[in-house]
Amino acid sequence: MSVAESRPDQDPEPSRRPGAERAGHESLPESTHPAAGAAEGWVPSARQRAREQYRLRVRRRSVLVAAVSTLVVAAVAVVVIGGSSGWPLVRKRFFSASEMADAWPAVSHGLLVNLKLFVLCAAAAGVFGLLLALLRTLAGPVFFPVRVLTALYTDVFRGLPVILVLYLVGFGLPALRLKGMPRDPIVLGGIALALTYSAYVAEVIRAGIESVHPSQVAAARSLGLSYPKTMRFVVLPQALRRVVPPLLNDAISLQKDSGLVSVLGVVDAVRAAQIATSVHFNYSPYVLAGLLFLAITVPLTRVTDYLAARSARRRGADHRA
Amino acid sequence: MPEPTTAPEPTTVPEPTTGPAATTAADPAERPSPGPDPAAPTPVLSVRGLRKTYGAAVVLRDISFDVLPGQAVVLIGGSGSGKSTLLRCLNLLETVDDGDVLLAGEDITDPRVNVDRVRRRIGVVFQAYNLFPHMTVLDNVLLAPVRVHRRPRAEARDRARELLTRIGLADKLDVYPDRLSGGQQQRLAIVRALATDPALLLLDEITSALDPELVGEVLGLVGELKRDGVPMVLATHEMAFAREIADEVIFLDGGAIAERGTPARVLDDPAGPRTRQFLSRLRAR
Repeated sequence: MSVAESRPDQDPEPSRRPGAERAGHESLPESTHPAAGAAEGWVPSARQRAREQYRLRVRRRSVLVAAVSTLVVAAVAVVVIGGSSGWPLVRKRFFSASEMADAWPAVSHGLLVNLKLFVLCAAAAGVFGLLLALLRTLAGPVFFPVRVLTALYTDVFRGLPVILVLYLVGFGLPALRLKGMPRDPIVLGGIALALTYSAYVAEVIRAGIESVHPSQVAAARSLGLSYPKTMRFVVLPQALRRVVPPLLNDAISLQKDSGLVSVLGVVDAVRAAQIATSVHFNYSPYVLAGLLFLAITVPLTRVTDYLAARSARRRGADHRA
Repeated sequence: MPEPTTAPEPTTVPEPTTGPAATTAADPAERPSPGPDPAAPTPVLSVRGLRKTYGAAVVLRDISFDVLPGQAVVLIGGSGSGKSTLLRCLNLLETVDDGDVLLAGEDITDPRVNVDRVRRRIGVVFQAYNLFPHMTVLDNVLLAPVRVHRRPRAEARDRARELLTRIGLADKLDVYPDRLSGGQQQRLAIVRALATDPALLLLDEITSALDPELVGEVLGLVGELKRDGVPMVLATHEMAFAREIADEVIFLDGGAIAERGTPARVLDDPAGPRTRQFLSRLRAR
């Protein structure tokens, strides 16, 4: 921090130094108090100036090294890939702007399906996962079966490949021919995703609940708060704040996996791209779909990183208290 | 008629010669309490033969004492002597393995007792403050009155503001606890415990985590509360403070009461070798 703060002052300093130093010496008799001296004309010592110049040199050198190495890597990539014998064909088959433009209406329309699935599944998985986490923290022998069932649930759904859950729910549930069972593959796919992701969410939230120090529970209980009230007002608010970054991580993963519902025949962005691809035997629609997914997940990732950094700073502050 | 336990006593006192026969007949229930004053009011807290074990280890044995209205009982003793465990037992954060704890005459060690109802009547202040970091200063104080005691928010807020003004935090209502100094945090924790007007205050080495220069402001507040007549049990290493505030000092050693009495008796003229050793070690520090 001190480096960043002192850097802007550095360049003008050497030129100003002799005069400033003299002024500093002159003002010394007036105010011998160190705080007063700082408020007026504090002049860095020769040692401090040497330190800052050294830090600046190191910084400049590392920026230079980074710039050169980036250029080298980029140049190698261009030469190797662009110079390969198959590149012209790959560019035509995968990066054709006209093919992408043709596929745009269908693929972007499919992306709306992905977004809808993402929002609904995230909400469902969040609520169900929170419930599972709370059930799993219940103490006492009465709740033993509840704890076992929730543990089993999270083990099973975290352990199964998402695509398998999609097949089982998407083709298995309608085959039961139960009355009122939804037949819409979008709904069935959404159910499968929500089942899987609520298991992840439950584990993340449970970890958050366990990370709240027992002394917080002791303080709440000693004020007369019951267990549910202690959870609601003291433990959960702290736990959820801590698990926002890992939960967003799961959200990004969910947005990505929403593309898997295409295996049930849902025309989402991936499926739409597949259809468009088969028209001219050109893969550019896939690349378009990929770019659209990135356009959503990358900002989400940045938000996650920002929140993670902020919570790390907060926790640093918490340690002090 | 059900015999009142203490009311008939004063009348029997003026006749010392016939006293023994009269008292034994009148109040067998009064017997175990070592109250020297016959007109003693009902204790706020009465501990009788309390025992606590962790597996094979006996951490508290045969602990008995009373806290009368307005009194302060000070627990002293080395680390591991059982002070904190005793305080946790009084608040039912630990279950006792034998003996009784009576809060205003009600046995709170009864397993059928509603622990939340008991804890509502006891305020606790911890060594590490245990403030709620996600709540503002005001919300820390308001949580119990509003959510547990169901007091109207406006009324509770007025009371909280009054208490916070008293400890000089009136301008920090919307600040989070980690912005406060250690002394301010501990005074806030005391006020949080006081906001529900508890019948008894338990203070567990509340100055041990503080810089020496901040100890005074916290102990000053506790002294004020004592003058206001708040009954309390406190564990402390501050002997000068114990001398000033205590009605009874209890020296715990290895989970048992090794010595007890007025502060002058225990602190200035200790009888037992363990007490002397402990006090001289504290002084040498």
